[in-house]
Amino acid sequence: MTLWVAVLIACAVAFLTKLAGHVVPEAWLSGRRTRRITAMLPVALLASLVVVQTLGGPGGSIVVDARAVAVVVAAIALVLRAPFIAVVALGAITAAVLRALGWS
Amino acid sequence: MTTARQVSRQSWSVGIATGAYGISFGALSVASGLDVWQTVALSTLMFTGGSQFAFVGVIGSGGAGLAAIAAASLLGIRNGLYGLQVARFLDVRGPRRLAAAQLTIDESTVVGIVQPTDELRRQGFWTTGIAVYIFWNAFTLLGAILGNAMGDPRRWGLDGAAAAAFIALLWPRLRSRDAAATATAAVALTLLTVPHAPPGIPVLVAVLAAVGVGLWPRRAAHEGATP
Repeated sequence: MTLWVAVLIACAVAFLTKLAGHVVPEAWLSGRRTRRITAMLPVALLASLVVVQTLGGPGGSIVVDARAVAVVVAAIALVLRAPFIAVVALGAITAAVLRALGWS
Repeated sequence: MTTARQVSRQSWSVGIATGAYGISFGALSVASGLDVWQTVALSTLMFTGGSQFAFVGVIGSGGAGLAAIAAASLLGIRNGLYGLQVARFLDVRGPRRLAAAQLTIDESTVVGIVQPTDELRRQGFWTTGIAVYIFWNAFTLLGAILGNAMGDPRRWGLDGAAAAAFIALLWPRLRSRDAAATATAAVALTLLTVPHAPPGIPVLVAVLAAVGVGLWPRRAAHEGATP
């Protein structure tokens, strides 16, 4: 599958998901368990993406490098209630500075 | 009393603030290997930040297209649930319903449902959705062009920025005990899966954390009505 095909399929699925909420009868998705699972889906996916993006190395290895420090700095910024864009910028600056200093 | 002017001010400030981080999405997307037009297509057509970050995150870590589609689609499920809630006060048909569906995201839903009357809810939903759409797309294009001009993304710490973006998206969702348990289990599942599975698959395995916590018995007193 080319990257373009993947992009367009993902966009179509995203739109149909949004539209489904506007057209399906509410009873379909109102089960207590269904609601709990769907509420927790973003949490599971985002927590996993944090791990992959922070520690994932080539060939399925786990690597601790400048990214790990960037995430710690980002977490501190979040505790201090920094806005999203500042948290992302701090992550970039931390990783860039550490690399410029020669620490992978 | 909430006035139409206050709703308008709320909507546009949320639109600008949210739209501004389209710049980080644009830069991260081209750093992950997408070209400028693929990046722009994700913002105009997919238009749901979490899914877009997930899509480029999976591609950037070497994952297959199918894994990227799955991760983005699972993160987008919440938009379907938002649709159920906003459809109650929007009451639209035909082409306007398609437009409303495309604008159904975290920000438009929240600014909509918190208003005291249906008229203000409609105004909050539409204004916020349109404002985010305009700024998110403009800043995505800017970020993609800047990202393209910057060369090696690691030198500029863009991989650190991607990790920071995911933890910033996760942070506000960690308020309940369910969420903390889900996140902990997801982290453990990911660490266990990464060495044994192709890139992109660990994120999908982590979904089991949400299923597990969702099926775990819980006292009725804890029943929440959060969206």
